[in-house]
Amino acid sequence: MRRTAAVLSAAVLLLGTAGAQAQGGAAGEAGVQLKAGAGREVTTSRCIICHSLEYIPANAPAMDRAAWQKTLQKMRERFGAPIDEEEARTILDYLSTNYARRS
Amino acid sequence: MLRRRELLAGSVGTLLARAARPAGTADPHGSAEILGTLAGKRPLIRRAFRPPNYETPLRDLVAPFTPNDAFFVRYHLAVIPEVDPHSWRLAVGGASAGHALSLSLRDLRENFEPATVVAVNQCSGNRRGLFTPRVPGVQWGNGAMGNARWSGVRLRDVLQRAGVAADALEIWLEGADGPVLPATPRFQKSLPVERALDENTLIALQMNDAPLPHWNGAPARLVVPGWTGTYWMKHLTAIRIEPKPLESFWMKAAYRVPTGAFPGARFASQENPDTTPITEILVNSLITSHVWGARVAQGRRVTVAGKAWDNGAGIERVEYSIDGRQSWREAVLGSELGRFAWREFSVPLEPAQRGSLEVAVRARSRSGLEQPQKLTFNPSGYHDNIVQSLTLEVT
Repeated sequence: MRRTAAVLSAAVLLLGTAGAQAQGGAAGEAGVQLKAGAGREVTTSRCIICHSLEYIPANAPAMDRAAWQKTLQKMRERFGAPIDEEEARTILDYLSTNYARRS
Repeated sequence: MLRRRELLAGSVGTLLARAARPAGTADPHGSAEILGTLAGKRPLIRRAFRPPNYETPLRDLVAPFTPNDAFFVRYHLAVIPEVDPHSWRLAVGGASAGHALSLSLRDLRENFEPATVVAVNQCSGNRRGLFTPRVPGVQWGNGAMGNARWSGVRLRDVLQRAGVAADALEIWLEGADGPVLPATPRFQKSLPVERALDENTLIALQMNDAPLPHWNGAPARLVVPGWTGTYWMKHLTAIRIEPKPLESFWMKAAYRVPTGAFPGARFASQENPDTTPITEILVNSLITSHVWGARVAQGRRVTVAGKAWDNGAGIERVEYSIDGRQSWREAVLGSELGRFAWREFSVPLEPAQRGSLEVAVRARSRSGLEQPQKLTFNPSGYHDNIVQSLTLEVT
C-alpha cells in the first residue's frame, strides 16, 4: 500500500510540466504548499496523487475534524486513495489542526 | 498573477467585501479571487489547478453570449486527454438498443439533421462558495455558468438510429476524461430516457459557431438545456441505452439534493426517500453591471443590469427594489435569445441621496416560480437562487 503510494507520488512529481497538460493545466501548482506542521509531508504526498493542494485551504472554512474524517473516508474508500490507517490518523490530525474553521 | 478585485474595484472594494457581505451578492465570503490561465483561455478565476476548475469573472458574464475563451471549466478527474477528432468515435449501444453504432464526427455532421440551441450551462455547484453555513466542495462564486449557442445533432436522432427498445429507462453517458488511480470511479452519468429523447438535448460539436474548446469538452459534448451542467458530459465517448438505473458514484452519492426540497423535473429511477438527483436549473438572476460596493454619483443616471434565467420555461419578469425590499418595480427586459438562454434586464436609477443604496433583484419564471428570499440549505451547496442584491455607494 505504502509503496504503491510512494511510486504514484513519484510518478506525479516526475510528470512535472511535461504531464501538466494531460493532468489539467497543472503548471504552477508546485507553488501551492501546505502549512508547516506535523504530518505535512504525508498529507502532501498522498493528496497530490489526485489533486492539487489548494483544495485543502479553499475548503478549510467549511471543515472541522468530523468533516475531514468524512472526506478522508471518501478518498480512501470511494476513490481508492492509497492511505493506510496510520497515515490516515496523521493526515486527519494535520488537517484538523491546520485547516479547520474556527468554531 | 492578478487579483480580480484589484482590477475591478480597487482596494476599497476589497475592504468593503471583507467587512460585511450579505448573502446573494457578488463575492464569495470576500475571499481572494486569483486569476490564472489555462491554454486557450483568457485569465479566469482559478478555484483549483488540478483537476482544473476555473470560473468566469463577472466582467465576462456581461456579453449576451459568453465567449468560448472565457467560459468556465469544471472537471472532477485529472487525466484529461486531448482527443484526436479524426480517430474519435462515439459508441452507441446498450441492453435496450436495437443495435450498436460507432459514429465518427463526419457521420454526425453528414448523416444527421443539424440542430442548434442557445442555452445557459450552469454548474450544479455555482455559488457554493456563498453558502452559509459553508459547505465543502469547489468554492464557486457566481461564474460557474455561461450562455452559448450550441450546435450539433439531436441526441434523440442518434438514439433512434440505434433503436430505443420499449423497456429503455436511462441513457448512460461516458466521456474520455478519467481518474489518476484505477480505483477512482470514472465520471459516469445518466439521464432519464424521456429527457434524452427531448428535441432540445443535443450532442454539440460547436459552441458559439466555433469547434468546442478542449476545456469545454472537445470534440463532442452533451447539451441538456434547462438541466445543470453535471449532465452535459464532456469529451463524449459512449452512450448506452439501458433498462436499469446506472450504478455510479456520480449518480448514487454525488449531485443529490434532499427529496422534495426543490421544484423541477424528477429523476424517478435514481430517487430514494432521502435524496434525489439534482435536475433542472431554478429561476435565478445575477447583477453583472456593478460589483458590490461600486461607487456611483448622486443625481446621475446609472443603469444596473444583469441576467435572469431558468429551466427553459422562460423569464416572465424581473423586479427590483430600492427601499429595503418593501416595494418592487419592474425592470426592463432585453430581447429573448431563446427560452433556455439567459435574458438581460436593466434598472435605470438616479440615486437621490448619498450613502449606501441597496438594489435587490428577483426574477419570475413563466412557470410561476420566483426567486426566494431565503436559501434552502442542502449539504452539497446546490441551488442558491435567492434574491440578488447589490450595495452601491452613492457619492
